[in-house]
Amino acid sequence: MQLYLPIADIPVNVFLILAMGAAVGFVSGMFGIGGGFLMTPLLIFVGIAPAVAVASVASHIAASSFSGAISYWRRRAIDPALGAVLLSGGTVGTALGVWTFTLLRSLGQLDLMIALSYVVLLSTVGALMFWEGLRAILRARRGIAVPMRRSGSHGWIHGLPLKMRFKRSKIYLSVIPVVVVGVIIGFIGAVMGIGGGFILIPIMIYVLRVPTSTVIGTSMVLTLVTMVFATMLHAITNHLVDAVLALILMVGGVTGAQFGARAGQKIRGEHLRLLLGLLILAVGIRFAIELVIRPDDLFTIRETGGAG
Amino acid sequence: MIARSSLATAGIALALSMALAAPSARAERLIVSVSNHRVTVTPNYSGEELVLFGSVEKEASTPAARTSYDLVVTVAGPRADMVTRRKERKFGIWVNTDYRQFLQVPTYLALFSNRPFESIAAPEVQRRQQLGLNNVLLTQRVGPDYADVVPNDAFRSAFVRLRSEHGLYREATSAVTFLTPTLFRTGIPLPAEVPIGTYDVEIKLFSDGALVARTETAFEIVKVGFEQFVATTAHQNGFVYGLVTAFMALMTGWMASIVFRKD
Repeated sequence: MQLYLPIADIPVNVFLILAMGAAVGFVSGMFGIGGGFLMTPLLIFVGIAPAVAVASVASHIAASSFSGAISYWRRRAIDPALGAVLLSGGTVGTALGVWTFTLLRSLGQLDLMIALSYVVLLSTVGALMFWEGLRAILRARRGIAVPMRRSGSHGWIHGLPLKMRFKRSKIYLSVIPVVVVGVIIGFIGAVMGIGGGFILIPIMIYVLRVPTSTVIGTSMVLTLVTMVFATMLHAITNHLVDAVLALILMVGGVTGAQFGARAGQKIRGEHLRLLLGLLILAVGIRFAIELVIRPDDLFTIRETGGAG
Repeated sequence: MIARSSLATAGIALALSMALAAPSARAERLIVSVSNHRVTVTPNYSGEELVLFGSVEKEASTPAARTSYDLVVTVAGPRADMVTRRKERKFGIWVNTDYRQFLQVPTYLALFSNRPFESIAAPEVQRRQQLGLNNVLLTQRVGPDYADVVPNDAFRSAFVRLRSEHGLYREATSAVTFLTPTLFRTGIPLPAEVPIGTYDVEIKLFSDGALVARTETAFEIVKVGFEQFVATTAHQNGFVYGLVTAFMALMTGWMASIVFRKD
């Protein structure tokens, strides 16, 4: 069934977009990530203008992270205090990111910067996750008990001042690294047009040592707030949010996310990390190939405005 | 890369075509109409084909010997500025390096005729009358200059090729059919992604390689109803639109968590 999108100005197959929303929603529910880094390239692939894709995906991620956040909240798997501290940093980071975005665009190499940061970030995070998951699985196979807190867990990060007790996560941690992480995620999200969940979760687990039980729920709260903020910002400044496209994506996305979340609970943590690592790595490699291989067409056209 | 001499030629061609556009006593009159002057974009819009038909009216002063006519129809969509970029390999990766800006060029452009342009008129006339994609004026900004370039310029031909791949630029030299020696028709295919706006249709009649009559008509592609409402709200009330979209996102998420609640 074809449907004409009012802002993207092209007709799309509703079932194709629904299926894409559901597939990405499944992945995001399973791993507790927003899935923007998957959705945006998919939409561009079916012919939607990149700017419209980025803007509309923001509201799609807001919907699926809200539905996820509600169910994590019911299971008491969200740490409100931790979320609030992360958000305070996230807001500052987003503002910095938007400023950098404008600066890069005026320099004329924004596309390249985005592609390069996708490659570097996705490959690094993907490879690290994959490696870590693989090691955990091998250890489990050999029957070696993994100590819950390794010796490195009380490093310099835990020696910082301004300590605060995050009750639900049962950790006692300085607010400085938490705010810094929030700033970094907000910044990356605004510049690259992604929620940043796939970076936030590993940082929370390995650097901040937040227990796995509250990591996903709390990161979803951060994603939710940044994406609502991003939707508003895109709607006000660029007028490029396609509400019809967003609605189709949301309906597919939230449905997929529910099934994904159930599937995720059945899979063991290290397998989940291995799978997510592979997925992120694959997307990173795809971007890398695009940069290195000679493109089919060396020329591209972009409309820069004018009458009409 | 850009032949300076051709810049001058293009300028002259432009001046000449303007001079020729001035009405003069002509022996033929063209009467044309398109099947639909207002194409509405509805939710199930997926492109359309319009039909242009018309006839050549001979007048008393028409030389009796003149019997065979050639017809060229040019459809130009709303104009916009566009940038064509070229990738080059630098430090092992492909990056956009060089670019050309095309100023106020048609977003949709179709040229139809009843036989190849070469058989209709001499190359000089083809250029002056902008017959064929190779002869249409596509103004570029080259440094401080504004001009068209030679047809085989890399950026120009890439631009035309990419637009053609999307069905937005097209050229068909057998699309116009003469039903009788003076009655003609042609189809105007509009792919799904045609831009919204006003489309100018120019019809030129040739006889023995010379322009003998010329007329214009137009049609528009407009969004109506819901599409129109969404598009105007997004542009005029960005804040409200954003709020509604964000609220819609939250509602969808909340509904999903209720529907799929495990009890």
